[in-house]
Amino acid sequence: MKKILSFFVGISLIVSLAACGGAGNTQTASSNSSSGAASGTSTYKIGGIGPITGGAAIYGQAVQRGIQIAVDEINANGGINGSKIEFRFEDDEHDAEKAVNAYNVLKGWGMQILIGTVTSSPCIQVAAETSADNLFQITPSGSAVECVENDTVFRVCFSDPDQGAASAKYINDKKLATKVGVIYDSSDVYSTGVREKFAEEAKKCDFEIVETTEFTADTKTDFTTQLQKLKSAGAELVFMPFYYSEAAIVLTQANTMDYKPIFFGVDGLDGILTVENFDIKLAEDVMLLTPFIADSDDQLTKNFVNTYKRLYKEVPNQFAADAYDAAYIVKAALEDAGANPNMSYSELCDVLKESMLNIKVNGLTGENMTWNESGEPNKDPKAVIIKNGAYVGA
Amino acid sequence: MAFFSYLISGLSLGAIYAIIALGYTMVYGIAKMLNFAHGDVIMVGGYIAFTCSISLGVNPYIATIISALGCMVLGVLVERIAYRPLRGAQSLSVLITAIGVSYFLQNVALLIFGANTKSFTSIINMPPLKLFNGELTITAEAIVTIIVCLVVMALLTLFVNKTRLGWAMMAVSEDKGAATLMGINSNATIGLTFAIGSFLAGIAGVLLCSSYPTLTPTTGAMPGIKAFVAAVLGGIGSIPGACIGGFLLGILENLSKAYISSQLSDAIVFSVLIIVLLIRPTGLMGKKQIEKV
Repeated sequence: MKKILSFFVGISLIVSLAACGGAGNTQTASSNSSSGAASGTSTYKIGGIGPITGGAAIYGQAVQRGIQIAVDEINANGGINGSKIEFRFEDDEHDAEKAVNAYNVLKGWGMQILIGTVTSSPCIQVAAETSADNLFQITPSGSAVECVENDTVFRVCFSDPDQGAASAKYINDKKLATKVGVIYDSSDVYSTGVREKFAEEAKKCDFEIVETTEFTADTKTDFTTQLQKLKSAGAELVFMPFYYSEAAIVLTQANTMDYKPIFFGVDGLDGILTVENFDIKLAEDVMLLTPFIADSDDQLTKNFVNTYKRLYKEVPNQFAADAYDAAYIVKAALEDAGANPNMSYSELCDVLKESMLNIKVNGLTGENMTWNESGEPNKDPKAVIIKNGAYVGA
Repeated sequence: MAFFSYLISGLSLGAIYAIIALGYTMVYGIAKMLNFAHGDVIMVGGYIAFTCSISLGVNPYIATIISALGCMVLGVLVERIAYRPLRGAQSLSVLITAIGVSYFLQNVALLIFGANTKSFTSIINMPPLKLFNGELTITAEAIVTIIVCLVVMALLTLFVNKTRLGWAMMAVSEDKGAATLMGINSNATIGLTFAIGSFLAGIAGVLLCSSYPTLTPTTGAMPGIKAFVAAVLGGIGSIPGACIGGFLLGILENLSKAYISSQLSDAIVFSVLIIVLLIRPTGLMGKKQIEKV
């Protein structure tokens, strides 16, 4: 009995000591950063958050790589007004709670600006944190409306409603179909957001939505019933505003059912060609709306695609391009504001918010991109079609 | 015609539930425990088949057999390591252990294979059957799954009723203590049950991934729960009950998806379970048991 008691006392002593040590550490860390603000470190600390494992890993990895390429370029070319960038990326597994943890880790590291997060629902959660802290955030690809509701958050990609509306307009303008079916994930904010605006815009168009079917996160492996409904309704084009992993199943099952409409997706479909063991022939002629086309001719895109291919042995998707642009947008805004790395994150946020409205950026995902107070970018969408296992401008 | 198409995809889904439910029901019938790790054994089966047939290029049918045998070994190991030491313990401890095993298997798969979705190539390389000028398409997977399910059920029923090992199983299920006194090795019999159940899980895994071509570490979780519901619906412990429960559940799920709401299909399925259990607490085919005090 005595032994057990002394054991517990010992354990509790160790724990309390460790707690003291922990508290001490955080104190020194915070005093470091404040003294840094006074005397001068010469680098900007930029953090990134996104899923680099899990179902949406392909997006997070692309974003991480896109930012890394941009950061390396900026640093190699003399930095931002002479100051280099330090970049650190944390995983959130496309999970809101883990994203907040990652955010706290980065803040402990001394992050001044956040590029992220990558997917919508974690982004909304983190945006609440950054706005409470007054830390500047730019998301490359968080497309839900709520992502940029706070005035500290801007984005590079289109919002969900914009994608929905633009898709409907594109289908109408190109007269792709008269009977359109929709299948979407009713448990996902991204998917429902795009779907709503698509349906709204479709009312003004010449085509007709003949059938709308839904699925949820728990039922996302069997789409035969939904596809049968769309087939029976005679849909010539199926609009599928959701992510590529489910889309790969939809395409496989549609093929076994011998149902061959035009499949039309939005940016979540980007990545379908990289699903392990997916037969990319099934994705032939699938169309998607995306602001970035890897095979376009301009010098900027060519350079980026070549660097990306050299480093990572694959063709960059739209997310990598958004992320690359995000880093350059941050650079442009910092230069416009005349900021320096010694400013605290809150001071940086105040000046960056103003500068975002002034700057005009030529990037991979759009020419002359500008921003308004809502945090939304102003640029033109492009559509791509998959031909012979590659994205081609449509 | 659409109705028949929904019905057939329901039957095919139900057949998969039924094969999984057979594993649940046999283990429950004999060991009186709920093996919640059963769904994850299916996932392991899927990964074994995936690795063999796609990464190593083994013939898909041989890969299926390897996968079933692999699952069998896994099931027996799990029984030996995790469940047998708890044979005399309260049923709650065994249940919690089963949940632990389930998470263990999921996380091991996560470590080995990563979380990225893998696209499974169907092992059944046959063209779909087209009827009524192509208006009704029945996939080869659906036909094979339904046939396999019925064959498995028939074989199991024969095995249990006509062989000495089957009689031993029934005896252990009836009264373990008395069976042991009669010279039956009850531990070996329970091990055999796990072996058969897990062998079926391997086959179910391959069929599941062939029909719904996606593979992640959580692939087995939802079908596992649904199959458990099917087993309870049919009357847990009863072999034909598991099949009937599985088919009913699959058809119900698909028809409610098609005609009521694809969002509410799960809610409807589970409400039916509650209603059936309110009216017949032992399930559709379950025997009424008199509790001896």
